[in-house]
Amino acid sequence: MSVTVRIPTQLRPLAGGAGEVALDGTTVGEVLKALDGAHPGFADRLFDDDGALRRFVNVFLADEDVRFLQGLETPVGEGQTLSIVPAVAGG
Amino acid sequence: MDYVTGLRCRECGRQYPVEALNICDYCFGPLEVVYDYDAVAAATSREKIAAGPQTIWRYSELLPVSDPVPIDLGAGCTPLVRADRLAAELGLGELWVKNDTVNPTGSFKDRVVSVALTKARQLGFKVAACASTGNLANSVAAHAARAGMVSVVFIPSDLEVAKVVTTAVYGGNSVAVEGTYDDVNRLCAELSSEHPSWAFVNVNIRTYYAEGSKTLAFEVAEQLGWRAPDHVVVPVASGSQLTKVAKGFSELYKVGLLDEEPHVRISGAQAAGCSPVATAYADGADVIRPVKPHTIAKSLAIGNPADGWYALKTVRDSGGAFAAVTDEEIIEGIRLLARTEGIFAETAGGVTIASLMKLVASGVVRPDERVVAYVTGNGLKTVEALAPVVGPTATIAPTLQAFAAAVDVDADNYTRSST
Repeated sequence: MSVTVRIPTQLRPLAGGAGEVALDGTTVGEVLKALDGAHPGFADRLFDDDGALRRFVNVFLADEDVRFLQGLETPVGEGQTLSIVPAVAGG
Repeated sequence: MDYVTGLRCRECGRQYPVEALNICDYCFGPLEVVYDYDAVAAATSREKIAAGPQTIWRYSELLPVSDPVPIDLGAGCTPLVRADRLAAELGLGELWVKNDTVNPTGSFKDRVVSVALTKARQLGFKVAACASTGNLANSVAAHAARAGMVSVVFIPSDLEVAKVVTTAVYGGNSVAVEGTYDDVNRLCAELSSEHPSWAFVNVNIRTYYAEGSKTLAFEVAEQLGWRAPDHVVVPVASGSQLTKVAKGFSELYKVGLLDEEPHVRISGAQAAGCSPVATAYADGADVIRPVKPHTIAKSLAIGNPADGWYALKTVRDSGGAFAAVTDEEIIEGIRLLARTEGIFAETAGGVTIASLMKLVASGVVRPDERVVAYVTGNGLKTVEALAPVVGPTATIAPTLQAFAAAVDVDADNYTRSST
């Protein structure tokens, strides 16, 4: 499955400045691992020592927080958009 | 001059310059303003504050921006009201209500926006933006109008009419987004990457913006004769306000404005229909699970609170607690405050008062404590919530007979309607 991953400003230097990257994978976790494969350094920024998403990282699949879905196990579909968004905003 | 030495990540401690940054590049943790407290202590005094303006800017040494002419509609210096009738109903001793309903646009948001936009202007921004549950949009639109800045505010499309109208009247761009506040917030977090030249007060300017809430603590301490209260009850949406109230009291001691180190117990108030932080507290959990909000307290309807974790920790460390209250209890809280103290709060204020009732009933808030309840938004913004339950006590023909038949006022034995 090819999905588009949207990258926030803070992480764009890791992706050569790109705001979007196209990647393959069948779950949210696989796509994010593929992101780290294509642009090393992402995993360290997105995951804690236990491999879970860091406290202040939100990931949205087609505008839904993956925590409301199946987390990193959430299946992704062809052409969907995955957004990485810093949690510290709003209020 | 200001007394800011830099920004620092609250999680990993990495340091950053004084720029429009809200999160750590490395771990995404929130950035905090770092002050030179020794210099603040030397520069400020109770006398200097007393001679300052009747606004939040009287505490400018402890704010992250200094400007001889801040972007100011007069936020702050709101009444701290001794609430004896409410205290009697609740079985409390010394109870005060911080009446922040009377700020220029009717909520505490004027405090944070005045700070945020003053800093944004200093940093060179010309566009003021925000993600809002309503009150913030009101305030950003008004302050931007005052400052001659362009405004672009984002709100959920199902907001109360008053909040939509009182934002739109200022003439800026107001964008109603089909979705919840969390959807609006996610959109703005992404938009802030696409429009780095815009000052999103609660995204890229959030580090400075949040500091404005400390003035809720500064004022209460000053109004109590430079004493801290024993216990405060604060409404929780993102959790930012609660953590900054705690920070405010502790800073006053740090810079010598309080003689004794304050030990303020801090309790949080949430609506049961959106209580991710209260739920984590009740469960003894360390992880805040996001929720989909369903509550009349729309100004608190943040299902994924940015500072939820810190609010939880602040409450636990201070010996406070959380309460969560139903829509019916919120309405009753609004009516109780109105009929006992003559203060009309919006639904978030109803959450505070109803939570206070629960915390008294459970023995968390005690009669021997000096208690302050923060009521942070005006009831005129959410009249929809009250319209079905209150109205004229009599509707009569314009005759003496009709009046005599319908109304019986006994001034010596009068109780206000509570049903």
